[in-house]
Amino acid sequence: MPVILWTDAMIFLLLATVISAVLWVRKRPHLVLPWQRLAKSSMGMVSLLILSLFVLVGLLDTMHYREALPEKSNGQTVYSAEVLSVFDALAKDIKNRNEKTYSAPLAAYLYAKESIETPDGKIRRDYPRLRYGGAHLVDPQSELLGDVLKRTMIGALEGLSIAILLIVAGNWLIFFVKLRTARTSAGQEIRKSNNLIFTFARLIKNKPSRALLITALLMAILLGITVNLAAVYHVLGTDKVGQDVLYLALKSIRTGLVIGTVTTLVMLPFALLLGIAAGYLRGWVDDVIQYLYTVLSSIPSVLLIAAAVLMMQVYIEMHPEWFETAAARADLRLLFLCLILGVTSWTGLCRLLRGETLKLREMEYIQAAQAFGVSSPRILTRHIVPNVMHIVLIAVVMDFSSLVLAEAVLSYVGVGVDPSTMSFGTLINSARLEMGREPMVWWTLTAAFGFMLVLVLSANLFADAVRDAFDPRLNRTEAAA
Amino acid sequence: MIAYLIRRLLYAIPILIGVNLLTFSLFFVVNTADDMARMQLGMKRVTPEAIEKWKQQHGYDKPLLFNASAEGASKISDTIFFQKSAKMFVFDFGSSNDGRNIAREIQTRMMPSLAIALPTFLIGLLIYITFALLMTFFRATALDMLGVSLCVVLMSISGLFYIIGGQFVASKLWHWVPISGYAGGFDSIKFVLLPVLIGVMGSVGASSRWYRTIFLEEIGKDYVRTARAKGLSELRVLFHHVLKNAMIPILTAVVVVIPLLFMGSLLTESFFSIPGLGSYTIDAIKAQDFGVVRAMVFLGSMLYIAGLVLTDISYTIVDPRVRLK
Amino acid sequence: MKSNPTINQFGPLLQSPPEIGRGEVILNVNGLVTRLNNDVRIVDDVSFSIKQGETFALLGESGCGKSMTALSLMRLLPDGIRIASGDIKLEKEDILALPEYAMREVRGGQMAMIFQEPGLSLNPVMTVGDQIAETLKLHQELRGDEIRSQCVELLELVGISDAPRRVYEYPFQLSGGMKQRVMIAMALAGQPKLLIADEPTTALDVTIQAQVLKLLRDTQQKTSMALLLITHDLGVVAQMAHQVGVMYAGQIIEQAPREKLFACPAHPYTQKLFAALPDAGRSGQPLAAIPGNVPQLGTPFTACRFAPRCDKAWALCHDKVPVWTQLENGQGVRCHLYSSQMGNEKSNLKVPLSPDSCAAGKEKPEEERIDTPLLQVESLQVHFPIRKGIFQRTVGHVKAVDGVSMSISAGRTLALVGESGCGKTTVGKALLQLITPTAGSVRFAGHELIGISARELRKQRAGMQMIFQDPYASLNPKMRVAEVLQEGMDALSIAKNSDERQRRIDELLEQVGLEKASKWRYPHEFSGGQRQRIAIARVLAVNPNLLICDEPTSALDVSVQAQILNLLKSLQQQLKLSYLFVSHNLAVVEYLAHDVYVMYLGRIVERGTVEEVLRTPKHPYTQALLSAVPRIDGQGMKTIRLAGETPSPSHPPQGCHFHARCAHVMAECREVYPGESILSPTHRVHCHLLGK
Repeated sequence: MPVILWTDAMIFLLLATVISAVLWVRKRPHLVLPWQRLAKSSMGMVSLLILSLFVLVGLLDTMHYREALPEKSNGQTVYSAEVLSVFDALAKDIKNRNEKTYSAPLAAYLYAKESIETPDGKIRRDYPRLRYGGAHLVDPQSELLGDVLKRTMIGALEGLSIAILLIVAGNWLIFFVKLRTARTSAGQEIRKSNNLIFTFARLIKNKPSRALLITALLMAILLGITVNLAAVYHVLGTDKVGQDVLYLALKSIRTGLVIGTVTTLVMLPFALLLGIAAGYLRGWVDDVIQYLYTVLSSIPSVLLIAAAVLMMQVYIEMHPEWFETAAARADLRLLFLCLILGVTSWTGLCRLLRGETLKLREMEYIQAAQAFGVSSPRILTRHIVPNVMHIVLIAVVMDFSSLVLAEAVLSYVGVGVDPSTMSFGTLINSARLEMGREPMVWWTLTAAFGFMLVLVLSANLFADAVRDAFDPRLNRTEAAA
Repeated sequence: MIAYLIRRLLYAIPILIGVNLLTFSLFFVVNTADDMARMQLGMKRVTPEAIEKWKQQHGYDKPLLFNASAEGASKISDTIFFQKSAKMFVFDFGSSNDGRNIAREIQTRMMPSLAIALPTFLIGLLIYITFALLMTFFRATALDMLGVSLCVVLMSISGLFYIIGGQFVASKLWHWVPISGYAGGFDSIKFVLLPVLIGVMGSVGASSRWYRTIFLEEIGKDYVRTARAKGLSELRVLFHHVLKNAMIPILTAVVVVIPLLFMGSLLTESFFSIPGLGSYTIDAIKAQDFGVVRAMVFLGSMLYIAGLVLTDISYTIVDPRVRLK
Repeated sequence: MKSNPTINQFGPLLQSPPEIGRGEVILNVNGLVTRLNNDVRIVDDVSFSIKQGETFALLGESGCGKSMTALSLMRLLPDGIRIASGDIKLEKEDILALPEYAMREVRGGQMAMIFQEPGLSLNPVMTVGDQIAETLKLHQELRGDEIRSQCVELLELVGISDAPRRVYEYPFQLSGGMKQRVMIAMALAGQPKLLIADEPTTALDVTIQAQVLKLLRDTQQKTSMALLLITHDLGVVAQMAHQVGVMYAGQIIEQAPREKLFACPAHPYTQKLFAALPDAGRSGQPLAAIPGNVPQLGTPFTACRFAPRCDKAWALCHDKVPVWTQLENGQGVRCHLYSSQMGNEKSNLKVPLSPDSCAAGKEKPEEERIDTPLLQVESLQVHFPIRKGIFQRTVGHVKAVDGVSMSISAGRTLALVGESGCGKTTVGKALLQLITPTAGSVRFAGHELIGISARELRKQRAGMQMIFQDPYASLNPKMRVAEVLQEGMDALSIAKNSDERQRRIDELLEQVGLEKASKWRYPHEFSGGQRQRIAIARVLAVNPNLLICDEPTSALDVSVQAQILNLLKSLQQQLKLSYLFVSHNLAVVEYLAHDVYVMYLGRIVERGTVEEVLRTPKHPYTQALLSAVPRIDGQGMKTIRLAGETPSPSHPPQGCHFHARCAHVMAECREVYPGESILSPTHRVHCHLLGK
């Protein structure tokens, strides 16, 4: 039975918006222009590729369902109370291979000594073998290193060859599509440059696509290694209750993405509408909106978020009957967190848009429209909104990374997502005391911070590339030409 | 100038009322006074009488916003909202749920907050601006590229990493300073050191990059070209011309924060168990102590407004064009 | 001649810039090439030299590389642009070989520079004195009190009154003209041998421009420094230059002593530049516009750069790059006409340049006077409140427009003339009700526009439309040309169905001289001139009777300006349009207008027909305004120079607004605003001189 949680719905809505925006932009060359500039930035494209991998994981993790239980009651199918996602199904193996407690990455033994009963009936304290990690080895102490290396090599080769195959196949596809269009439009020269090898050579010569190619190959190798090793080991170790850390980290991605995107989706309409209304209409509308955002921004945002989240927490606890599953409850809390973050963060964008609209309304093309007697709503939608969209876009991508970081901090303090929701914040929170253990358990924190760094860094780099491509001030020469 | 200040102060009143209304509704729209009493007295097994008694003791037995049964002006004034809000304008914050005087509590907790926040702010400002000026000086060279890349990486690292890593390295590994806690007097230095360092570190990437953008924007302006055409050295151009002009956007962002330093940092303080205003607030939120939260929000927004006024006044110092009207 | 000043009239050179003993060569530039980092040549093989006490003018349209040439000399090129090759010698010193620290000695010391925007070129947060002192400290080795007194001296030298006090003031406390004077003082502080002035007066009003140009000339006389003047204005060149280099697309295409250049320009481009200047002499006939646009940066050239726009070009011009040819009379030119046999033959056929035909073409289209005016404005007022105090009470008003009356008949052009800040643009916007007038009456085609409901107003909207100043700001960058043109039709429900609308759009594009296919394109693909055509097509779409043109050509190059003026003129004849032409450019006004209204501080000070106002100006302000315009015949020398600058409209002077700057001021001028003196049925003046 498919389950659509609230945040799932939001993500699907967002996805639909993005797709329709792409279709809309495609037909308008002046809107495509900045995207073409973006496509020329190696950094932007590489970070986009990495981000898209995260998004893929996030999307797979967004398609939720509840499994049908084998037994039926009164002929009706009974569904499990556990909400799973497509990602869970794909990663079933690592999800279900729980160990007893901590184990280091790629280990075959537990991290702590236990009393084990030997075959001859004695009891001794030693590191017990893991239930799953390295279980196929007979004598891990001598075989482990060789096995890991072997699997690494195989994985790298597999990843590389699959990637090359995919790229070549993709090139063929593009080549044939081009060939067909070339045939229909007929042209000797086009055909000459459409030679398959030629296309490939051009791909390599082009700087961003070369960077893209290298990144893709590296990622494929990394993926190949991970898949190969994860089949028999815990690549990033296990946590206190023996869950695979790699699985937890991957599951955290969705939460990060939801916080980063849904928050903006929620606040965007308010910021856009109020910002341009205040700037264009002036007068009392402006006064009211300014009052509104001055009040909101004069409360320290952490205070507001903390208070709101705690209030909401109490409220949810008082009405447990509302939620069918634990996942639904945790999800609603996530959605509320997005809402609250949205409420506290819209003031900045709103102020920015108001300022820009104030500038735009003095533009001569707006006055020309006013001279025709064009109505205010029409001026707003036809003239103002399209000309502030680049600001909105830049703000959205810029906000993404800070929201991901904020989630971690808030969850860490305990005013973030539900403790049962897997997120970078909860992951770090659960591991915060492990640094004090002797010997130290370092892998959970490393995994959480590492994943977060890659996500946020590529988001930041992508945001920079977007800003460079869209900011009219940075592209003046092209605008003047 | 004086007319301007009076106008700003008058404008602050509706904003503070708005802030109060917002906090008030945040607490009472979702949860009733009964819920609050139940929470205070322990969730289970509370008799309705005990709830009524608690409400009466703490002044929550009145209508929320509008008292229909009262006469005249007290229709408005004889309510929880009015009773609890009006006094704040004369800095009477009342007492917290555990009976302590909030105003006194704020006074004693202010110092630890300041001891952390002020050095963080000052040292940070110095380091960020220096770093940004260096990058501006070497703009469009490999050094600048390196600096910017470093900034992007630093700002992509979670603040938690600095805190956890810092506590681990400085306290566990090297035993420099205590992990957390606070003491008065000279002892405070060793407690303050790490939070300050981490606080500065936490925003070095984003801030330096921001300052660099501002400097670069200034350096593209016509007057800089004039200064160079005079034969001034690049360093003099940077310090005498660019920095002076860049102070205007810098002050806009920076001065507004100064009054809020009193509030302390909610997060840093709770991480390092420093008995400042920040951790006080977090504890109050966790304990659903409306009185304290309301006082802190009120204080926070008042300081914010003070910051805005201070910003405007500081303009008159750096920008001769600004005359307050 | 003085009582009959025609503008831009060709004629014998009565007066030229001061002849000073021209000494040895100060600056020698040889084969200078400046490139963008992607190898696009911005300055391409430029050579010239300047002697002591000489003024060399680099003349050219926007984007031709003249400013980049100047910045190359100072080695102050912006990031991403560098000098690729060439040789710059300042006296004996090889500028390009100097290390940076030695170059700093040269900058401001031996070579100083002033810029176009005095408002942006001074550091806003430093006092004027401190900024001058910086140069003094660096290049004069003065200390302490000496510096202060030297600052005061310099300020007095550049004609700033009350200098001891001004030293402590900030740039924002000075007016535009004074800021440029301070810039000059700053440049002089290092006692440079060469002063580079990059469009020093472009951002200033004509009366202020005249002041600043005079200052530059006087200073040059005193110090005998060399002056490199960069400008696009032939009038300024005529007044200032000894030598002229004409630049086009990064190259100097013609170089000559000023007299020679103005007497017989050799390069077809230079010839066209002269011919494209509007004036009354040509008001009956179209201007010789140069077709097309200045080539964009980065266009590769394999032949003559001007060939695509040149009407004398033949096969060779499109094939080979012309070489520099030195003519016998000291003129140099880069054109095949002079370097090849074929060219010599062709150039003999050259049309005589002096506009003999002008006299013949001077007859104006028959003056039909229609008695019912299309637009009737009575004492229009636009006041903006000034708020102060705790409760923001209104304590006064900025009287941007203070009682303006005018009437325009069908098919005629009324020009509203004045300097910046006089309220002329506000009048235009108030007529369209884009700004709500405070009082007065605007009757358009018999309907009162003030105080009617928005719906009523919309019915009248189609009749009156506006063309704006900045073609880059007047088109929404996110709308296709077709959408731009359709907007007005939709709003005013002009065409019935979409077919009809599309047909109308095609028709309009053709009417303004654009291809039909351009309707699917976006504004950023068009040049300034083409955009202005689109803006004209947009207003024509709703069939207006009256167009308010707010400086429609002031942002355009001379050659493109001529195209737009021709278009406006022919549209008027075809469609019987009326124009309210708001402008500060008297030459354009003289070419286009029938009636002229002169505005000063929100009021009309003189009105009449073109002949009356521009030939026999009666108001001292009009006279000053006219005499301040630099003529290309070098006339404007014996001018009435206005002291000071326009006062603020929030505190207009008591009595006649102009009295503080007027040479003929009398006691009563200081007390009463003069009433209207009727000189002829059409000519009226507000001045006490004529009151009796």
